[in-house]
Formats: sequence, structure tokens, C-alpha cells
Amino acid sequence: MTEGVSALDLVLVGDPTLYSIVRLSLFVSLSALTIASFIGMPLGAFLALVHFPGRTFLVVVTNAFMGLPPVLVGLAVFLLLSRSGPLGFLGILFTPRAMIVAQALLVLPIIAALTRQTVEDLWMEYRDELTAMRIGPFRRVLTLLWDARFSLVTILLAGFGRAAAEVGSLMIVGGNIDGFTRTITTTIALETSKGDLPLAMGLGLVLIVIIIIVNAVAWSVRRVAEIRGV
Amino acid sequence: MQWHGACGASPKSAGYNLMRPPVSDLPIVLQDASFSIGQLTILHHISLSLEPGAPTVLIGPNGSGKTTLIRVAMGLCCPTAGSITWGGRAHSHGDRRAMVFQRPVMLRRTAAANVAFALAAAGISRNAQSALTAELLGKVGLKNLAFRQARRLSGGEQQRLALARALARDPEILFLDEPTASLDPAATKAVEDIIRAIAASGIKIVMTTHDLGQASRLAGEIIFLVRGRIVEHAFAERFFTSPATSEAAAFLRGDIVI
Repeated sequence: MTEGVSALDLVLVGDPTLYSIVRLSLFVSLSALTIASFIGMPLGAFLALVHFPGRTFLVVVTNAFMGLPPVLVGLAVFLLLSRSGPLGFLGILFTPRAMIVAQALLVLPIIAALTRQTVEDLWMEYRDELTAMRIGPFRRVLTLLWDARFSLVTILLAGFGRAAAEVGSLMIVGGNIDGFTRTITTTIALETSKGDLPLAMGLGLVLIVIIIIVNAVAWSVRRVAEIRGV
Repeated sequence: MQWHGACGASPKSAGYNLMRPPVSDLPIVLQDASFSIGQLTILHHISLSLEPGAPTVLIGPNGSGKTTLIRVAMGLCCPTAGSITWGGRAHSHGDRRAMVFQRPVMLRRTAAANVAFALAAAGISRNAQSALTAELLGKVGLKNLAFRQARRLSGGEQQRLALARALARDPEILFLDEPTASLDPAATKAVEDIIRAIAASGIKIVMTTHDLGQASRLAGEIIFLVRGRIVEHAFAERFFTSPATSEAAAFLRGDIVI
């Protein structure tokens, strides 16, 4: 009970340690989401609209990777970025950049697979009209992405939810360094094991609020789309 | 690697072509054209020439191949046997052909934005789009609904918006696939009036319908299809007064023709 009150105190008084951790978490998750979106959305649209040998295999792999174990991604990124790894020369292991890379890799299949499904469904609906209007491939992709914008926002929020709640890969590639690579989830894991429950619970509260806000935004976007009939 | 595309489209058809060549897609000539999906043959050895002039209306029972025939003529699918030419060419940009579907898909934007989209696709500059959009919406009686979400329009309004969108291509030929199939009489009349005005402006109309009354009101010539074959191709007046085949006579009597 007292830990709960202390946790609430930390949140309400704006504890600098707590909020620096929250800021880093948001920075890492949003950066990863941005990178994953710029790659995942065009990739998903490409998989939806272009038929080529091996497409089905790629679709299956993309779908399967939505459930990629974070620790496995963490391990792969660690091996890539470690000093003896192929990208070791970048020197970004145990930095927020490495965490962004790991999270982007985790979120990318979610964005790509859900975008593919959304665009493919919309293409089934639009194919005759856009073909009759002689819309070229590039404009076709833009049109479908724009007309699927409300669904895509929901997909982005789902990706953000995955990134914000992730812990395993961040531990491995970030190292959970105090004041440098410590995020909400890694701090909760560490502080709980140390028995410092107020900070862990305070961060947990913030994480829950973030997740609720994300879901509320997703729900609102859907609702607006329904009301406007788009 | 293959993008979904249109039949008979030349390689440049995907891009905009502001300097359209002064060539016509008419006549559209099908020579012994068939269309099959797997083992199922939908069109059998169709030979046909669609010439400039009064509207051509395709009638026939369900499954007779009316929709498939206009899709082939539009270039949305290729004959699996035989050939098709547009203005004597096996490949055409298709810039001057437009089509309105039985259930047109409204893009998720306003009515005006739907028309502007079609204008942009036709290569019209952004500066000219606003005035042309208003003009086209005016032609189909939707000017006062310009800023309503297209998917919020009624069925008849959506069909009229689809006509405005098709006209944005400044077509020489307009294909209409049962444009009033699910509309009430008032909405049907509104759409028919627009079709008449379009035909009067010199655009070749090729349409399908189940409604014999509508066919007699709009058609200059009738193509009567049964089981993927052209059974009769005649001027509308002659077709309705003295059909040349027993199938056509039975169809006009309201008998079931399979």
C-alpha cells in the first residue's frame, strides 16, 4: 500500500529520474516506429499489389515474423552490432540507437503484414475503378495508402504498442545503463528484482496510461472514420 | 514481376498524357473473340464492331456475358482467343475510354475530391481541376453535394458521381454496366437523363441493362446475348418491333431464356 502511494507520488510530483526514463522510452519507441513505417508501409503495399516469384513465401514470412520473439531479435542485433560483428564498426551497441534498431526490426513485420492485408483488401475493392481510370502503379499505391489511412493509423498504433511494451531485446542491446539506455520496461524489470517497487510501480502506471492513450486514439480514429463515412 | 494492369494498354498508359494523339479508339472491333476462365467459356467467338453513333445497349439473361463483353471492349480483360482492336490498333492508351460499374466504388473522400482525383488521373492540371470539378458536378446535378463524403451519398447520387468521374476523362466512349440496376424509378430517370445528355454530346455509349424499357428508351442499336454468343445485333426499333430470332422474341415476351 505504501509502495503504491510512493509510486503515485513519483508520478504526480514529476520525479526527474522517472520522467527521463519515460522520455527515452518514447524517443526510442517513436523513432523505431517511424523507421519501421517508412519501410513497412511501402513494403506491405508492394507485397499487396505486385506479383513476383516468391511473393507467397515473403507474405508467409512477414506474417510469421509478427510473432518474432523479442529476445531473438535482441540476440541477432547484438551479434550484428557487437565489436566482432559485421556492423560492429558503427559502435552503437549499448546505445539508444541500437535499441531503436532492435525495436524497428520487431515492429517492421507488424506494419508490413497488416499494411499488406489492408491494402490488398482495399485493392480488391478498387481494382476495377483504378484500372478503368488508368491509374499507374505509383499513384495506385499512394491512393490505396491514403484511402486506407484510418486503418493504417490503427496499424501504427498497434506497432507503437508493441514497441512501448517491449523489454527483452532492449535489455540485450541497450544494456539497461542507468541514465543512458534505461527505458520504462527495462527499469521495471530491474527495480522489481532489486525490490525498489515504488519506481517500478510508478513507471508501470505511466506505461499503462500510455497504452490506454494509444488505444483511445486508435478507437477515436476508427470512430471518426465511421462517422465521416470514409 | 507483374502489376495488375489493363488489357491492350501500351507501356505509356500508366503515365499522364497531356498531349493526346488525335486518334480515335473507335471503331472497337472484336474478331472471333472468346473469353474463358479455366474450363468455363464466358464469351464464344464474338465478332462485333462498335461504331460511333447512337448508344449500343447489350441485353440478355443473367450469365449471358454482357458484363464480360463490355469489360473486354473497355480493355479491362483480354480475350483469351481472337482479337480486339481500338481504332484499328491492338494497343491503345485507353485515355478516351471510361467505364461506370454497376456498383461504383467511391473513393474515401468528398464528392468533389472524387472528381478531382479522376481529373488528375486524366492529366488535368491542378489549377484547372477546381473549375472542371464544379462543371462536372453541375452536369450530374451534384453541385450542392460537392463537399459531402462520397460514401455518404445515396445509391443514385453515387451513380451520378461515378458518371461525373467517368466524364472527367473526357471520354470518346463510355461503358456503363447496368448503371441503374439497384436504383428507384426517380434515381433511374435522373441517371437516364444524364446518359441521354452524354450521348447527345457525341460520346459513344455502350451499356448493359436488364431493363427492356430502359433499353428501348436509350438504345440506338441492341446486341442480344445468350450464353456468351451474340444472337442478334440490330437497330433498336427493329429489334423491339420485329426480332429476327426466336430467342429474342421469347426474351421480349418475358419468357425465360436460358
